[in-house]
Amino acid sequence: MIAVDLPYWAQSLLRVLGGTVAVLLPAGTIVYLFLFKMMSFMQSRLGPMEAGPYGSMQLFAEVGKWLQKEDIQPENADKSVFKMAPLVVLLSTFLLVAAVPFGPDAYFTDFEAGVFYALAVSSISVLGILMAGWSSANKYSLLGGLRAAGQLIAYELPMVLAVVGVVIQAGTMNFQGIVLQQNTGSIFGWDGIGNPYILTQFVGFFVFMIAVQAELTQTPFDMPIAESELVSGYMTEYSGFRFLMFFIAEFATAGVFSLIASVLFLGGWGIPFSWFGWTTADSVDNWMNVVGPLIMITKMMALAFIIMWVRFSYPRFREDQLQRFAWKVLIPVSLVNIMFTAILKVAF
Amino acid sequence: MVSDVTDLIDRQKLSYIAAQAADARLNVELETEGMTLNIGPQHPATHGTLRIIARLDGEQVIWADPSAGYMHRGYEKLTEVRTYPQVNTLINRIDWLGSFANEVPFILAAEQLMDIEAPARAQWIRAIFFELSRIANVSLFLGDLGVQLGAITPVFMAFRDREYVLNLIESATGGRFHPNFDRIGGLKDDLPKGWIDETKQVMKKLRNFCDEIETLLFGNEIFQSRTRGIGVIPANVAQSYGLSGANLRASGVDWDLRRDQKIALPYDKVDFKVWTHPDGDAFARCWVRLQETREATLIVDQLLDGIPSGPVMAKVPRIIKVPEGEAYVSTENPLGEMGYYVVSQGDLGPFRVRIRTASFNNISIVPWVLRGVFVPDIITILASLYFILGDIDK
Amino acid sequence: MTRSWSAVAPLSDTTATTETDVPALPGDGLREGIVAQLRSDIGAGLVDTLVKPGVDVWARVATESWRDAGLALRESGFHYFCFLSAIDWLPSPFGRGEDDPSAPPPERRTEIVQGYTGGSTRFQVFARLTDIQRHVGITIKADVPDDEQVVDSWTSVFAGADWHERETHEMFGISFRGHPDLRNMYLPTDFEGHPLRKDFPLLARIVKPWPGIVDVEPLPGEPEEADTEGNGE
Repeated sequence: MIAVDLPYWAQSLLRVLGGTVAVLLPAGTIVYLFLFKMMSFMQSRLGPMEAGPYGSMQLFAEVGKWLQKEDIQPENADKSVFKMAPLVVLLSTFLLVAAVPFGPDAYFTDFEAGVFYALAVSSISVLGILMAGWSSANKYSLLGGLRAAGQLIAYELPMVLAVVGVVIQAGTMNFQGIVLQQNTGSIFGWDGIGNPYILTQFVGFFVFMIAVQAELTQTPFDMPIAESELVSGYMTEYSGFRFLMFFIAEFATAGVFSLIASVLFLGGWGIPFSWFGWTTADSVDNWMNVVGPLIMITKMMALAFIIMWVRFSYPRFREDQLQRFAWKVLIPVSLVNIMFTAILKVAF
Repeated sequence: MVSDVTDLIDRQKLSYIAAQAADARLNVELETEGMTLNIGPQHPATHGTLRIIARLDGEQVIWADPSAGYMHRGYEKLTEVRTYPQVNTLINRIDWLGSFANEVPFILAAEQLMDIEAPARAQWIRAIFFELSRIANVSLFLGDLGVQLGAITPVFMAFRDREYVLNLIESATGGRFHPNFDRIGGLKDDLPKGWIDETKQVMKKLRNFCDEIETLLFGNEIFQSRTRGIGVIPANVAQSYGLSGANLRASGVDWDLRRDQKIALPYDKVDFKVWTHPDGDAFARCWVRLQETREATLIVDQLLDGIPSGPVMAKVPRIIKVPEGEAYVSTENPLGEMGYYVVSQGDLGPFRVRIRTASFNNISIVPWVLRGVFVPDIITILASLYFILGDIDK
Repeated sequence: MTRSWSAVAPLSDTTATTETDVPALPGDGLREGIVAQLRSDIGAGLVDTLVKPGVDVWARVATESWRDAGLALRESGFHYFCFLSAIDWLPSPFGRGEDDPSAPPPERRTEIVQGYTGGSTRFQVFARLTDIQRHVGITIKADVPDDEQVVDSWTSVFAGADWHERETHEMFGISFRGHPDLRNMYLPTDFEGHPLRKDFPLLARIVKPWPGIVDVEPLPGEPEEADTEGNGE
């Protein structure tokens, strides 16, 4: 985007800043737009209106409030593990966003096995949740943590299997490569809208979104939190800055998963290359490095809207129903999806 | 579905055996199995300060024991130092969501002892407010049901639509929550002008609300899988514990005090259906309550059409002294059967009042019904039994 | 030990009856039939009954037959357990807590007068059962011996009696023979005393004198009002 050769430290600084923005901006947007406003409108109320015009500053007010609270730790809690748990959860979000491309040249790293890396790294949050549950010295947190362990591990599999279909169709595990495949592809010879994998991989998309909902412990899969039973599940004993980190991690991860889903299924930062006559990554114009992130944000918001919409509408599953759904329904469906994808890939 | 029920019964049997074994081991070694979890008294799910001590084996309950009394206000002792009209103010606060309904059985018992009949118009208006309090109470239940199970949206609609009913009650009586409107011999006041038409509009809105909740919540597959087959209470067990109201009717027992007991309120002049369900599970209880709310709106419409004209207060002495005697009157309150056994010895105030509250009996079944269920089901079952702390604790 | 006659005419027109050994007078038939059935089940255990035709029926049984009466009624159709509690017939030595602490305590009635169906002890347990098929309820009472307040428990007859007996034990001090777990229902375990007994004072009226004692100043222009009468509205 800048035709200047930056020194390495400047590039690293830009990447760090960019990474922070890439994590916090979706979190903030999702929290304000969807959690505060959309949820309120769906529940026939207005939501926050006081802080700033139409409550737009509510987010900053909340952050400020959480930051200035006392740092309370239960006496019997395992102090070091207790402190580390939110960091571990947030860590996985940052690692995840490092693999996502935002433009033809706007990416943090370009892994060859980007998909593999992303799926592996997203499991680190499970560790953090378990740490939070066990170290809180609270039976409710323990119950929440154990439920989370079972649920998150169970839903890793459908997520992975759903993505395998995309990988087969794209022929590469590289995120940038998947984006290019979608935007340069064509449907039966017509390349008007490229080849977004949501059309052919709709089963995979469906399974992926459900698995993401479960990975984020959002309703209907929020047994680990289960507000009416476990108060706050593994987050019960956390307050102040640590709770803020969990909160940010929850919505930032929602944002990042939406970004990944938009890369895998919706065509990522690209618009169909045929509109502009591009053919490869190098032939994409440079202004795409500015517009690309904006396109990504739009697609992310669309998917996050779906995630949040389902969150506000459905009751929650019980733990055994949840597991049954994952093992007996989602995994067979995604396996069948892989089979069909492989057959059709060879056929076409 | 059948396999779910057999699974449930098997789990119950197994956990009961495990409990017996655990108790036997208790005498021999330290208990290392199971975790004792305290649900409450501060908890988002219990409607108030109810404490349930549950012994868990993983996620399964071995035994559960509710510990009530965090809100015990000593009403039965307090009634002994109050005059009859003062007791009226006191008992408003037993079931605070449908307060007018608390006053009615007591007033009827006092009238029975004094051998006074309130005028017809007063009885009809009493019945209207009785049904309005039922609607106010149970519409909150319908919203709260969603929250207990994780659906956070219906509760806002419930509160929004309940406001209409509370505004109605307030415009006629002056109080949203504690109207204190009933008097021995009639009512405090007549209805304000335009109230009847307003109420008819509100009843239409509430029928829409009931339909909305039916599709939004009851039609939801997750809701159904969370509540069907959970907490099954057979009819004979329900009767031996004294379960009442929708809990009893959901177990298949066709018993409604409005229809089956001779009562001064004009329920024999309106046409209404008593809803029962054969299953006896949590879904049945919730479903019966939903239908009853809708039925209550229809009853109110019929009552509004037929209010006779006349005075609202009978000729009653200024200082009320109730002759000697004992009377028990119970009515079909929103929560169940609520009754007052009034013992009078000819004084200004009662000698002894035994307040028979519905939730006390409804919650006494909790140790029996919670054996062998999972932790999330505890919440579901409690939500479906529907209690108000003031009703349990008096 | 006076028996109180029910002189209040019920809402229907026939007069009330109380019976001891006289066979049932014609009434609404249903309640008399229930009484007859109970008498044939527990015989001499049925001490006294009162039938208000069309209204209600009361029965008092001997203390030893308390549990048998419950069982007999359950067998004859009263499957629904409504409630169980106790009455303390001692007139309260504190009146209604409206005594002026500066004045000497007023004269009070001290003799124990029981209510419907009589009795001979200070405490009585009473329970109410409902027959759902025949749409009728019955109130049963039994004396509790003054020297040792113990009666049989109903938990083997009706499972729901469990909590009611716990509450009665806590509030009145009456023990129930055969109850599996007679601990406090509402009050903390270390609470001393039995609150619903009449000689247990209502502490709110002891700690602070009743506010109605104070003369209420009349509004300007109003004639002098009589003081201390509880407002009748």
